[in-house]
Amino acid sequence: MSIFTISGSPHVHGDENVKKIMYTVVYAMVPAMLVSVYFFGLDALRILLISVAACLFFEWVFQKYLIKGPVTINDGSAVVAGILLAFNIPANIPSWILIIGALVTIGVGKMSFGGLGKNPFNPALVGRVFMLISFPVQMTSWPIPKPIIDGGLLTDAVTGPTALGLLKEGIGAGKTIDQIMTDPAMPEYIDRLTGNMGGSLGEMSAIALILGGIFMVWRKVINWQLPVSIIATVFVFAGIFHLIDPTHYIDPMFHLFTGGLMLGAIYMATDMVSSPMNMSGKLIYGVGIGLLTIIIRLWGAYPEGISFAILIMNAFTPLINNSFKPKRFGLVTKK
Amino acid sequence: MKSLKTFTRGGVHPEENKFSENAAIEALPLPKQAVIPLGQNLGVPSKPIVKKGDEVKVGQLIAKGEAFISANLHSPVSGKVVKIDDAIDSSGYRRQAIFVDVIDDVWDDSIDTSPTIVRQISLSKQEIIQRIKECGIVGLGGATFPTHVKLMVPDGKKAEYLIINGVECEPYLTSDHRVMLEKGEEMLIGVKILMKALEVEKAVIGIENNKPDAIRHLTELSQAYTGIMVQALKVKYPQGGEKQLIKATVNREVPSGKLPIEVGCVVSNVGTALAVYDAVQKNKPLIERVVTVTGKSVRKPSNFMVRIGTPVTELIAAAQGLPENTGKVINGGPMMGKALTSIDVPITKGSSGILIMKSEDSRRPAPKPCIRCSKCTEVCPMGLEPFLLAKLAKLAIYDKAENEKIMDCIECGSCQFTCPSQLPLLDFLRLGKQRVGLLIRTRK
Repeated sequence: MSIFTISGSPHVHGDENVKKIMYTVVYAMVPAMLVSVYFFGLDALRILLISVAACLFFEWVFQKYLIKGPVTINDGSAVVAGILLAFNIPANIPSWILIIGALVTIGVGKMSFGGLGKNPFNPALVGRVFMLISFPVQMTSWPIPKPIIDGGLLTDAVTGPTALGLLKEGIGAGKTIDQIMTDPAMPEYIDRLTGNMGGSLGEMSAIALILGGIFMVWRKVINWQLPVSIIATVFVFAGIFHLIDPTHYIDPMFHLFTGGLMLGAIYMATDMVSSPMNMSGKLIYGVGIGLLTIIIRLWGAYPEGISFAILIMNAFTPLINNSFKPKRFGLVTKK
Repeated sequence: MKSLKTFTRGGVHPEENKFSENAAIEALPLPKQAVIPLGQNLGVPSKPIVKKGDEVKVGQLIAKGEAFISANLHSPVSGKVVKIDDAIDSSGYRRQAIFVDVIDDVWDDSIDTSPTIVRQISLSKQEIIQRIKECGIVGLGGATFPTHVKLMVPDGKKAEYLIINGVECEPYLTSDHRVMLEKGEEMLIGVKILMKALEVEKAVIGIENNKPDAIRHLTELSQAYTGIMVQALKVKYPQGGEKQLIKATVNREVPSGKLPIEVGCVVSNVGTALAVYDAVQKNKPLIERVVTVTGKSVRKPSNFMVRIGTPVTELIAAAQGLPENTGKVINGGPMMGKALTSIDVPITKGSSGILIMKSEDSRRPAPKPCIRCSKCTEVCPMGLEPFLLAKLAKLAIYDKAENEKIMDCIECGSCQFTCPSQLPLLDFLRLGKQRVGLLIRTRK
């Protein structure tokens, strides 16, 4: 007489699992990682490796010694957080600051809420914003990119502002857009697309980021609607102001390809855990992020706004989930 | 071929694994003893009218369906009643059953056992419904709802469409597929009978596109029957769900908490249509059905014509035995079937298949934390939020679960199938539905 397993239906399972989703995100970030190594050389590698290693280490410490639960560092979520954190910081940041950032990312951003799936905010952004506020000088001195083919294995000591930083400074000094754009430090359009400009590791090349985004949409890890709603909102909102006063407000394409907009819209805002769960909610959330980003960029104290915009909208996620429900079957009678 | 239709919201596509689709229906030899559970239909169990020692013939009434939602039960074999006692049924519970020791194969005289197909429908609407009731016909798709009750359209409602479920969206199962191929003509007459009983002009047979031979065959045959249309459907689970099938075939949405008749539809399964033909044209009660025996490790995946009350063991033996590494035996398909506690249980009116799973596929993987990916919401065909309902059920917040429409859940299991964290979502949804259902009933 055999003993059979008894369990409720369904008795089969699809091929989705958490680890697969997390590593799909990791693979999607490979093009952007390669671009960062191309422009910042060994420094980019150093940042990526330290960030991922530190995130894994802190996750292990928290799970084993503080939560005293199962250790699940191989599920890939700490690797994703580590890479995203690395993508959000300049290539010349001292390693010790980065390690503190990783501690905040994993400790405060993720584990203090109970670990994977419980965090209301995107952990990598929590870490990034903590570093930005605590170490403003180191976090905003951007090394000038020097492609590996030009013999640059290490970044120079020379640093410069980002395109958005230049813009903010220029506007602050009362210059018009045309004057700012003639500044020799301002990157050309083509450089903004390929990533040949000052900035954080991962916000360099819009092309590499979009490539990874398409991969994630194809593998059904993210919906295309959310990033597109953010990007479209930024474009429309920035465009309205540009039309009103082109001497003070730069054209919307500039906003799309500078700063971390693509990185934020494609990789950070789409974080499953901290974004709304239903399509209508996702769109509201996306529009909110787009609006807040432009508000901060145009009138805020920081040149870059998407990190704050995403964190603020993260806080609204539970409310959005509560108010925007999927369309139930059979609530409208059709005849 | 006409364009492929399907339902619009949610759905998944599990591996089809229709290993037995080319295996013709074989008649299974009679068992030594038939065990006939009294509760084979949805609703109230039948009341036995035979006692120990009685001699019975094939097709003789042995238990009556007295309540409104109940069904008659006939002896599937000839022989002697040995006892009326508790027996473990496919749900795992001990329930009353009639035990009949098989002697020969003597059929009741009133049954037409000839192979000739009777095409002329001579009975009136009322006589048809009465005959279906007498013959104990229930829905053979799995729900086992008494068919005669379904045919009594409530006052003020009007049926416009009869929708015949030939979808067989459950992976592995092929019994409906074989019925459509081998008993197509009889089945179509059954559809005409049902149309007459319901006074409808139009019938749509929905068949998924993974059965092109059945679509072709029935499309050809149906030329001879006015008002019957065959609709090819895109392969998507759970298209065989009543509400999904109505949406897919005639694009109407059954309102929440209502029956298909609300939108002028009555849904029946192809197996049921065949049973209706047998009852009305041949006076043959529901005493046998087609059952698929299948699985990745099964040596001879088969479709058997089986007398009700035959132990599952005999079906498995006929499919060349229970494989060595069997970990689970399921009554039904992999998405909605029930795991059996024992293979000694009998086949009942609602058994469409026996699925044997290898031990390595039998255990669920360990659940991980919910990562709020919302895939369960995306695949839910009812537009529900399974992650939320499961959580509410777990925390016993039943009023909120009711507001979030937990009772609309059709238990198709798409959410749990797709969940990357392998959470037991449907377990909690069932628990919640049971509790909320209890609350609603006590309120009335």
